[in-house]
Amino acid sequence: MSTVVDIRNLGVSFATDAGAVKAVDDVSLSVARGEVLAIVGESGSGKTVTAKTILGLLPETATTSGAVVLSNREGTRETDIINLSTHQLREVRGTDVAMVFQEPSTALNPVYTVGWQIMEGIRAHGDVSKKEARAKAIDILRRVGIPDPEERVDHYPHQFSGGQKQRVVIAMALVLDPGLIVADEPTTALDVTVQAEILDLLRKCRDEFGTAIVLITHNMGVVADLADRVAVMYEGNVVEQADVETLFSAPQADYTKALLAAVPYVGHGAASAVERVAARAAGWAELTPVVEARGLEISYPGRFGRPGFRAVDGVDFVIRPGEVLGLVGESGSGKTTIGRAIAGLTKVTGGSLQVLGAEMNGIRERNFRPLRSRLGFVFQDPASSFNPLLTIAECVAEPLIIHGRAKDANAARARVNELLEAVQLPRAYGDRYPHELSGGQRQRASLARALALEPELLIADEPTSALDVSVQARVLELFAELQREFGFASLFISHDLAVVDLLADRIGVLYRGSLVEEGTGAEVLGAPKHPYTQRLLASLPVPDPVAQAERRAELRRIREAG
Amino acid sequence: MTAASATPVRRRPLRDRLPIVHQLRQSMGLQRGMLVAGLVMVAVFILCSIVAPLIAPYGFAQRKDESGSFGTQQPPSPEHLFGTTVGGYDVFSRVIWGTQTAILVIVIAVVLSIFIGVALGLFSGYFGGWLDRVLVVVCDAIYAFPSLLLAIVLSIVISQGQSNLWGGVLAAAGSITVVFIPQYFRVIRAETVRIKAEAFVESAKVLGASNSRIVFKHVFRNATRTLPLIITLNSSEAILTLAALGFLGFGIEPTAAAEWGYDLFKAQSDVTSGIWWTAFFPGAAIVFTVLGITLVGESLNDLADPRLRGRRRVAQASGEVAATSVVPGGTLTAGPGGLAGLEDGQSFDEHGIEVRR
Repeated sequence: MSTVVDIRNLGVSFATDAGAVKAVDDVSLSVARGEVLAIVGESGSGKTVTAKTILGLLPETATTSGAVVLSNREGTRETDIINLSTHQLREVRGTDVAMVFQEPSTALNPVYTVGWQIMEGIRAHGDVSKKEARAKAIDILRRVGIPDPEERVDHYPHQFSGGQKQRVVIAMALVLDPGLIVADEPTTALDVTVQAEILDLLRKCRDEFGTAIVLITHNMGVVADLADRVAVMYEGNVVEQADVETLFSAPQADYTKALLAAVPYVGHGAASAVERVAARAAGWAELTPVVEARGLEISYPGRFGRPGFRAVDGVDFVIRPGEVLGLVGESGSGKTTIGRAIAGLTKVTGGSLQVLGAEMNGIRERNFRPLRSRLGFVFQDPASSFNPLLTIAECVAEPLIIHGRAKDANAARARVNELLEAVQLPRAYGDRYPHELSGGQRQRASLARALALEPELLIADEPTSALDVSVQARVLELFAELQREFGFASLFISHDLAVVDLLADRIGVLYRGSLVEEGTGAEVLGAPKHPYTQRLLASLPVPDPVAQAERRAELRRIREAG
Repeated sequence: MTAASATPVRRRPLRDRLPIVHQLRQSMGLQRGMLVAGLVMVAVFILCSIVAPLIAPYGFAQRKDESGSFGTQQPPSPEHLFGTTVGGYDVFSRVIWGTQTAILVIVIAVVLSIFIGVALGLFSGYFGGWLDRVLVVVCDAIYAFPSLLLAIVLSIVISQGQSNLWGGVLAAAGSITVVFIPQYFRVIRAETVRIKAEAFVESAKVLGASNSRIVFKHVFRNATRTLPLIITLNSSEAILTLAALGFLGFGIEPTAAAEWGYDLFKAQSDVTSGIWWTAFFPGAAIVFTVLGITLVGESLNDLADPRLRGRRRVAQASGEVAATSVVPGGTLTAGPGGLAGLEDGQSFDEHGIEVRR
């Protein structure tokens, strides 16, 4: 018996207010011992539901058909998860199959030490003394790469960094030595440099512990880095199953081809950037910049007299008319803070920030308000950036009404229709409510709203990070097209180097509030000078298993050198 | 996902947009039973108050008719369905007329408190600062007062202890108002603070919208979806406070209006002498009304929360596969609440009604 789990003709339906919704439709998959099976697909493809079925974690509203046969590590026992009682499920979970969650900070209980949480799992399955359990917990923490495990075992989750927390979560999954780990987007919430470390750890799980892994992800780079075999899911079905080299080199299904084509690669944007530079009129470099930061400092006040947190520390940059500056950095690097400061949403506390000729350090909202018509902002989360009670047309008309270009939403409708067409949305969508649009459509409507007054400057704060790759590709394409057409200057903020590379004329790399490197895409991504940029670039997994293996070696070399 | 696939705009049918009616259609099983029972009881209550002059055989202060005096403490009979009280009033008529007083108190209490509470909550939550802190402390302090004590003080202030219709009604409604304002204030303030951080409010700020525009156009309508629920729950509390005032002797004189609490007060001594009808019927009326309103409130509460809402189980592997990439908010994170992606915050409209996708 070489398979750990065998899913046969699985179907899952949910009861919702809108009637029955089928999430998984006739899926058959199997995972062999010590194998990493990646299930990839976009939102709503049923990949998470399939994986949760393996642990019997579906909510009460779900109905399942088919069979999920799970065998234990030794291969001596087989159980069909679907027919198990709650009590039997408890016995299987942890010992035969364990789960690694997406968000390490919510998967751990903040009021217990990590040691207690690991021990809880050990003692729930078998009669183990407290002392033995503790020894086991320390041992497993050491094996997942937590330094000083004897001491750290008594620490609380908040005392660990995000990457370390994910290591603890993986330790909890590994402690009972299950034959299979289900990892649901284990690295999505983490920065790229941390992601690379966690992927290494998962690889170690497979090689050293001999654990099979079901890896659920939407990131093709992660798949190329870790997976042995890949199943591509689309609309509740597996459209293609192949080993990782075959899938990337010779995809069979049309959907797989489209998915792979939509993934942005670092280095693909250089050509268009050169084109744009060539098209610029002479004397462009001497034009007054739209945004100019000199020694920009932004700090958030601390509580009760403690020193504040300095989010941005002495940053210099300029954005000239019609230029796209890409700002890259990991979480906490201050990139979003800079964007918000330019839009007047966050106070500048030091240095100088000139936006459209106004000094933002110490500006009053009343004086900045007239300038707002020359500035657009696209937010990260398409789900919350529209008032749910207004139609799309009313939302897009807001800037026109506020700045007196139209009396009310009806009067603005003609212009709104033009804008909707500019972002490739049908006019009729103007009468819909935000929740009736998909994420990508909403993000396009958000672009339409930002562009309604034809601003000179557009700030885009991670506009595509909440979207699926295929949708992201379309939104990015549209962004580039609109930028050509309207000619606005833009600050494009993203954590994804490949996305920034596609659009930006120049790229700035932020690290802990400082701008460590700035230059054209070719300079920054082609020949990075700063060690952080080098590490960032090497950590980014590329969607090509062969190339990724080389990059992995390169990253190891950089890490050892640094 | 293609832009070309425009479908004609469809508004939701009226029956899905009306509050209550929509919830009724949405509910099932025990929840539907609770809601229907509550609605029927409330409907009977309201109907009684409207047609009281038609169904009540006598006036609330009437003690005799053409055939002479009613007599006191008469047991139920064809002439006096629920008997008569120690004061010689017809119990049935007073129970029916009592619905009018109860409704008056509910309406005044809710109207007075809702405007002040919502306005303060919006202002305090949106602007924050020292005023916000002061208001929160004041509201917390009001929670420390027993509402009945306030009601007694108010009834003395308003009517010097003499209870005519408006004095009694205003005393009860006023005291309830004072206690309810903090409730509306807190709910609206909490919602406002939450909504203030939403991207659409920031987006309005970036566009240069004025504060009043943001508060009224973007925050207010999104903050009020829990109000119908608090109104129902507070209504029942209003009736109980009125009854308690009457029972303590701070109620309304029987010649001014019919009031169940006062009748209970007067029936205290009857119970020990085996005269059950004078206490039973007004008491039952209070229980009936409060139960009806509470049932409606509680079932609205359950139905507004997708996690508490019951659903029919679906047949094995039935339903259509939802098109990929249309579920907002990422993957189907099916927790105990079902498909969070399908039922995120955006699926409610301003009345707390679930919007069909």
